[in-house]
Amino acid sequence: MLSSDPKKVQRICFANIEVENMNKLEVAKAHGAYAFLPTVLKDFDADKIIDEVKVSGLRGRGGAGFPTGLKWSFVPRNTGKPTYLLCNADEGEPGTFKDRDIMRFDPHLLIEGMIMAGFALGVKDAYIYIRGEFLHEYNVMCAAIDEAYAANLLGDNILGTDFSMNLMMHRGAGAYICGEETALIESLEGKSGRPRFKPPFPAVEGFYGCPTVVNNVETLATVPAILEHGGAWHAAIGRPNNTGCKIFSVSGNVNKPGNYEVPMGTSLKTLVEDYCGGLQHGTVPKVVIPGGSSTPWLTAEHYDVPLTYDDIMKAGSFLGSGAIIILDETADLVAVTRRLAHFYAHESCGQCTPCREGTGWLERVLTRVDAGNGTEADLVVLNDASKHMAGRTICALAEGAAAPILSMLKYFPDEVRAKLAEKSS
Amino acid sequence: MSAPDKPQFSEARLAEIDALAARYPSRKSALMPVLYMAQQDFGYLSMDTQKMVAEVLGLRLMEVREVVTFYTMFKEQPTGKYLLEVCTNASCMVNGADALYAHMKNTLGIEPGQITEDGLFSINEVECAGACAGAPVVQVNNMYHEKATATDMDALISRIRAGEVI
Repeated sequence: MLSSDPKKVQRICFANIEVENMNKLEVAKAHGAYAFLPTVLKDFDADKIIDEVKVSGLRGRGGAGFPTGLKWSFVPRNTGKPTYLLCNADEGEPGTFKDRDIMRFDPHLLIEGMIMAGFALGVKDAYIYIRGEFLHEYNVMCAAIDEAYAANLLGDNILGTDFSMNLMMHRGAGAYICGEETALIESLEGKSGRPRFKPPFPAVEGFYGCPTVVNNVETLATVPAILEHGGAWHAAIGRPNNTGCKIFSVSGNVNKPGNYEVPMGTSLKTLVEDYCGGLQHGTVPKVVIPGGSSTPWLTAEHYDVPLTYDDIMKAGSFLGSGAIIILDETADLVAVTRRLAHFYAHESCGQCTPCREGTGWLERVLTRVDAGNGTEADLVVLNDASKHMAGRTICALAEGAAAPILSMLKYFPDEVRAKLAEKSS
Repeated sequence: MSAPDKPQFSEARLAEIDALAARYPSRKSALMPVLYMAQQDFGYLSMDTQKMVAEVLGLRLMEVREVVTFYTMFKEQPTGKYLLEVCTNASCMVNGADALYAHMKNTLGIEPGQITEDGLFSINEVECAGACAGAPVVQVNNMYHEKATATDMDALISRIRAGEVI
C-alpha cells in the first residue's frame, strides 16, 4: 500500500508542505491553519491539553524520544515564577534537515503549535532558538510571526481571550552543542553554550532559573493536529509506543535524498527504495546511520527494520532525530569516520576533560590511520578512548563521538586494517 | 572593509537594541543578536567593537569575549565581501565535497583565513549546514547553494568578479 503511491500516505507536519505560499497567513488559513485554535483557547484547559498529548503517545522528535505530554506535566504550577517555552530549532546533528522545511514552508504550523503549548503551560514569553546558518528560515519565521501578531494570534489577549503570549526568534551562531537543551538555555541567556548538570531539569529550573519547556520544531508542529483530531486519533497511527508519523531526513548515497514523512513502522527498505529512489550503487546499503551521526551504525542485515524508536533500539541503535545517512559500497568508511571525529573535536564545548581531550585524540589517531600511517596499537587506542569517554561527561556529545568509531571497529575491522597495511606492505 | 577606529552604533541602532533587550528577561540575552548587528555594521568584531558592545549592554568585556570566541559565526578578523563556506561533513563528503572545496580554493587562489586581493572572497570548510538533501552544500554569506558543482561555483565566482551583486 505504501509503495503504490507514497503521496497518499498519512502525513501530519508535512500535510501542506507542497502548498505554494503556505508561509503566508492568508494561504495557511485557507488550508486550515488556526481554525481550531479558538476552540482550544475557549473550551480546553491545561489538564485537557496535556491529557490529549499524553494519550497521543507523541514522543519528542528532536532525538531523545521522551514522551511530550509527560514532559509538560513535570512543569510545576503556581511557582510565582514565569514559565518559558523554548523551541529548539538548532538543527545541527549531521544528517538532519527536517525542521528547516517546516520553518521555511509552513511556519504558521509551528507558531500555532507553540500558541497551543504555551496556553497549556501558562507561558507569557516563548522563543524559537534557530541555528545561525538558517538565515532564510529565520527571515521567513520573523515575517510569519509579524503576520500572526497583526492578526491577534500572538501578543495581548489572543483572539479576544485572557491568554497573552509573546513569541520571538533568536539566532544561534554556529555551535552544534546548543542543540542540547541546557546548552541552548545557556546560549539564550547570552553565554557560551555549555550544557548544565541535570538535575535540576529545565522543567523545574531552566531559563533564568524559571520553569522551562524545550521542545523540538517537529514536536510542536504535531500538536495542532493532535488537539484537533484527538490524542486517540494520533495514537492509532504508527505502532504502539511509537505512534504518529515521523519525518525522516535521508541523505548520503541515495538517488533522491530528501525529507519524507511516513507513519512510524514503515520499513527502512521501503523508505529507501520507494521514496528515495534506491541506492546510488549496489542493492543493499553498506552502512545505515539511522538517527544522525551520533547514533551507532546499522548494516545490510538491518535493512528491513521498521522505523520505530523501539525497533531501532532492538537493532542496536537509536531513531534519534530521524536523520538517516546511507553509505553504499563506494564509501570509504575510515575517511567518513575521520571526518566525523573532526566534527566532534571541533564541536566539543570543552568543559569535560574526557570529551575535550578524547575527541582530539580520536581525530588525531584516525587522521593517522586514514593517511595509511596507523598501527595495530592505534586501533587499541581508538577502542579504549571511545569506551572511556562515554558516560563520563555532562552531556551526550562524547557518546556521539564514540559511536561511529566503535561501529566501524565492530562491523568493519578488516577495512580499517586494510588502511594500516597500505604503507607497510 | 575597514572599520572606524572607534566603532559606535548609530542612534537608530541603539534604539533598536533597547527595544530588543526589553523583550528578554535580562539584557544579557540580547548579546548574540547585538553581536550580529555589530558584525553587519562594522564588518567584523574588532576588540574595540567588542568593548563598545560590552558598554552598550552593561556587560564586562570578558562576558562578550567568551561568547565571541565560542561561536564560529562571530568573526574577529575581516573576511572577503563574500564568505564561501563549503560543508564537508558526511553526506556532503560522499557526494564530492572534498574535491569541490579543493577546486574552489584553487579557483580563488586562497586558503582559509585569507582574502583574495580584490577583497571579494574568503573561503572556509564548515560543519553540517543542515541541508544534506542538497549535498554538497555551499553557503555564500548564508545563502544556500545546494547540489553545488565546480561549474556552478566557477560561474558564481566569475559573476561576482564581474561586479554582479549576489
